Amino acid sequence: MTTKRATLLILAAIVIVSPFFFPSNYYYRVGSLIFVNALAVTGIVILTGYAGQVSLGHAGFAGIGGYACALAPVHLGLHPGLAALFGAALSGGVAWLVGRPILRLRGYYLAVASLGLGILVAMVLANEAWLTRGPDGIEVPDLGLNDALEAIGIDIRNTQFWYFFSGLVMVVGAWIALNLHDSPTGRALRALHGSEIAARVVGIDVARLKLRAFVISAVYASLAGSLLALQNKFITPDVAGFMHSIEMVTMAVLGGAGSVLGAFLGAAILTTLPQVLTVFQEYEQILLGLVMMLVMIFMREGLLPSLARRVRGREK
Amino acid sequence: MSALLEIRNLGISFGGLRAVHDVSFAANPGEIVSVIGPNGAGKTTLFNMISGVYRPGAGAVVLDGRDVTGMDPFLLARLGLSRTFQNLQIFQNMTVLENAVAGFHLRESGPLLADLLNLPSTRRRARAAEAGARALLERVGLANAAEREAGALSYGALKRLEIARALALEPRVLLLDEPAAGCNAVETEEIDHLIAEVAASGVAILLVEHDMKMVMRISNHIVVLDHGEKIAEGKPEAVSRDPKVIAAYLGPDAAALHEGEVAHA
Repeated sequence: MTTKRATLLILAAIVIVSPFFFPSNYYYRVGSLIFVNALAVTGIVILTGYAGQVSLGHAGFAGIGGYACALAPVHLGLHPGLAALFGAALSGGVAWLVGRPILRLRGYYLAVASLGLGILVAMVLANEAWLTRGPDGIEVPDLGLNDALEAIGIDIRNTQFWYFFSGLVMVVGAWIALNLHDSPTGRALRALHGSEIAARVVGIDVARLKLRAFVISAVYASLAGSLLALQNKFITPDVAGFMHSIEMVTMAVLGGAGSVLGAFLGAAILTTLPQVLTVFQEYEQILLGLVMMLVMIFMREGLLPSLARRVRGREK
Repeated sequence: MSALLEIRNLGISFGGLRAVHDVSFAANPGEIVSVIGPNGAGKTTLFNMISGVYRPGAGAVVLDGRDVTGMDPFLLARLGLSRTFQNLQIFQNMTVLENAVAGFHLRESGPLLADLLNLPSTRRRARAAEAGARALLERVGLANAAEREAGALSYGALKRLEIARALALEPRVLLLDEPAAGCNAVETEEIDHLIAEVAASGVAILLVEHDMKMVMRISNHIVVLDHGEKIAEGKPEAVSRDPKVIAAYLGPDAAALHEGEVAHA
């Protein structure tokens, strides 16, 4: 079986089977948060794991996606679902505008520029209160899909609906990322990660491909932000905050930046920990830094690839 | 008639140091042109300028009548110029096969959306590239290593993988920077044959190589650099007898000695 099929089967199985072990409704909520985070981290896998580029401002795109769902229905009269797509297009457009000049330069300029972009988005969301209602957040209209399901006789609780819907979007996101991995574009991304000069020599337009990876990953983050806003029916500027960007990168690095299944694992661990350990909530910043350092020192490829290597090594 | 590749008065300086100065020569289809010279003579720097890695400070590179001076390598690849590297540039994070497939980038790339959704057109392009890559690996003797991680291969095997990747572009001009370095006698001979074969198919080959036996055997034309300047040029026999060349390699005394021997004979 190919890695791609195995990964998709495992993810789908997790989404479907886990609820049988849920002691209460609360767990649907945690599961759904994991899926949303895994979706955003899958975008980081494409940008960092495939193409080797680092962004420290991806929460900015999650903010754009989240607030699009709050604002576009009110001001543009868009259906909340369409608002999410509008947010994704907007995020992609902003990523393109910012990435185009930056990605022509070699080095870590993207990390710095995206950091600035993320902070900028967070500040606009917090300060332009006439539009966003400021730091306290804003309510988000209902997606209406749950009601539609009810109308055709499928009656599930709201938390359950969002659990399965987020799970579905995450699996589709994983499918697309895995498609990309083995496609000519994905191969070119991984090639420029391996050796930029050799990539240019075989005809790869390095700047253009990095830009594509950046835009795609921005769309992932944006959709994750939209999903979060829609299921909470509320959104605050924290979604675009610097800590959220760092969280995404840490999840990817912890699970294994090159692996889609690793993205899920990293998201699952770092989403669950604060729920079970209140300590984690209080010291989140310190612990995220600690996790990042330990991974870099002891398993630079991340949890999943390192474990896989160890298992394979034992088989030999 | 102008040559396929023309190097005109090419030069570059790094912080006041004249690395290459006023070098000119030409290469035609099917020809093997070797650039030789002592260490630090500027051979790799010259290659880097021709292949667009460095922007030349002076002079011009003309490919098929078109001025391509300082053009980015990815655009040069589209015009049919490809190269290998002295210090290997392998995609270590990919398999041997994927490294070779990457050489087919220009022919296998298509719409992004098709790649994201794994549409039949993408699968078709990828399959064609893979078949081509396997054939090339066969040709350089790496067919059995196709599924291995590239990083696990020996130095000599990686040199051949680089050649396979460069050939995947079906270049009209191929720059080989020390393709036989670190290879044993058998591997060197294989590379030797491969280069001759590629040249025979009508590709202009520029070669930097320290293995003098190989250079003398397969080159049609030799350009000798010393301290960044061209000191001699011509057929292998002529160049190997040139006192300036002997002086550059062995020092002026040796050249005088050689002169003496010739006079005595």
